[in-house]
Amino acid sequence: MISALSLFDLVLIILLLWLAWHLLSARDLFRATVLFITYGLLMSLAWVRLKAPDVALAEAAIGAGITGALVLVALGRFGEAESDEAEPGSLWLRGLVASAALGLFALLGWAVWSLPTEMAGLKAQVFERMGESGVENPVTGVLLNFRAWDTLLEMAVLFLAVLGAWSLGEAEEPSMPAPGESLLALVRLLIPLIVLVSGYLLWLGETAPGGAFQGGAVLASGFVLLLLAGVRPIPSLMGWPLRAALGSGFALFLVVAVAVTGGSRMLLEYPPGWEKGLILLIEGVLTLAIAVTLGVLFAGGRPPASPGAGKRGEKR
Amino acid sequence: MNIVLLYALTGCAIFTVGLYALFTRRHLLRKVLAANVAGSGLFLVFIAIAYGTPGERPDPVPHAMVLTGIVVAVSATALALVLAVRFRAVTGRTSFGEEEEAKRDEEPGASSVKAPDDKDGEGT
Repeated sequence: MISALSLFDLVLIILLLWLAWHLLSARDLFRATVLFITYGLLMSLAWVRLKAPDVALAEAAIGAGITGALVLVALGRFGEAESDEAEPGSLWLRGLVASAALGLFALLGWAVWSLPTEMAGLKAQVFERMGESGVENPVTGVLLNFRAWDTLLEMAVLFLAVLGAWSLGEAEEPSMPAPGESLLALVRLLIPLIVLVSGYLLWLGETAPGGAFQGGAVLASGFVLLLLAGVRPIPSLMGWPLRAALGSGFALFLVVAVAVTGGSRMLLEYPPGWEKGLILLIEGVLTLAIAVTLGVLFAGGRPPASPGAGKRGEKR
Repeated sequence: MNIVLLYALTGCAIFTVGLYALFTRRHLLRKVLAANVAGSGLFLVFIAIAYGTPGERPDPVPHAMVLTGIVVAVSATALALVLAVRFRAVTGRTSFGEEEEAKRDEEPGASSVKAPDDKDGEGT
């Protein structure tokens, strides 16, 4: 697995370090955010290089795309002038933090350096039992079967984030110009494509890189696009249907986890023969729940209470 | 030096840069970006080590952990941004520093008195 250093690796690493430094020291926050999105896209190149295509897809869609959009819209809500800032803090304090950081880097570097060169990890165990997982993509197998517990709790984290965001207030309209004709035309063109790609990624996750998270993130980008284009949601969907969609991922996962328990089987231990169906069911619901959750988090608060005024909600 | 070590050390460096910025940058949105950069450095260490396992394919377990990490990071980021926007709406300030904002408006050069405020920022 150890190959020689190539020019590509060196250029990529130098670019990543350069971008990380410059996005964090850019005076203008808008510039910093754009650099952050670039950084995320380059990082997904690094994931491809390190043979982690699942992670690359998630990074491009979530790490660069959704996070970048979230920061940009927050920047819009923060308002103008204060987005630029000289490097603050006294010199000695920055020096202190810098030397502590350097010390930490030395420690981490030493720890990484002294790792054994050939580590088996848990790979052997995973590949040995892939036949029992119900899927062919090992990453999906780990996420939805072997370590489904992590994914269940991850859905709880997403749900908690929405609860936190909603408890802070109603979503407010970001200050944006009215959408032009070209944006609306683009939305009409892209939305069906986004739904298609999302479904394809979900289905692909069984055998190839893809799955609920990548599909959900792509679908969420559709919601973000609709919100940016000023498309009003259907008010009747802003009540309990929205809340049901938000809770559905965690709820269904939990129900399946408990329902398969019994006899000698533990929590989340799917009965033999049922794995593929159960994983597909969970992933399907998870895709929608993740998409709606990310879209709601982009809106930045609960839908406005007055019916009909619910511009900032989620549905088409 | 091999690929695995190079990428893992890059991950350590990015993590450290992110952590440094998290402590020294004042603006809340900058802190959010810094936390994200630090997290991605950590992910890079994970994926590099997964790549280094012997055999044709990398270890899928760190891949699954990083995937989970990316989704958790975006939800934490979203919540932090909502909190930051709310903080800005309620207090009119963009950072946790108490007086320095007013001070900066008067005399932009007065940076040496800001040290105590940084402590508040570090608590986040």
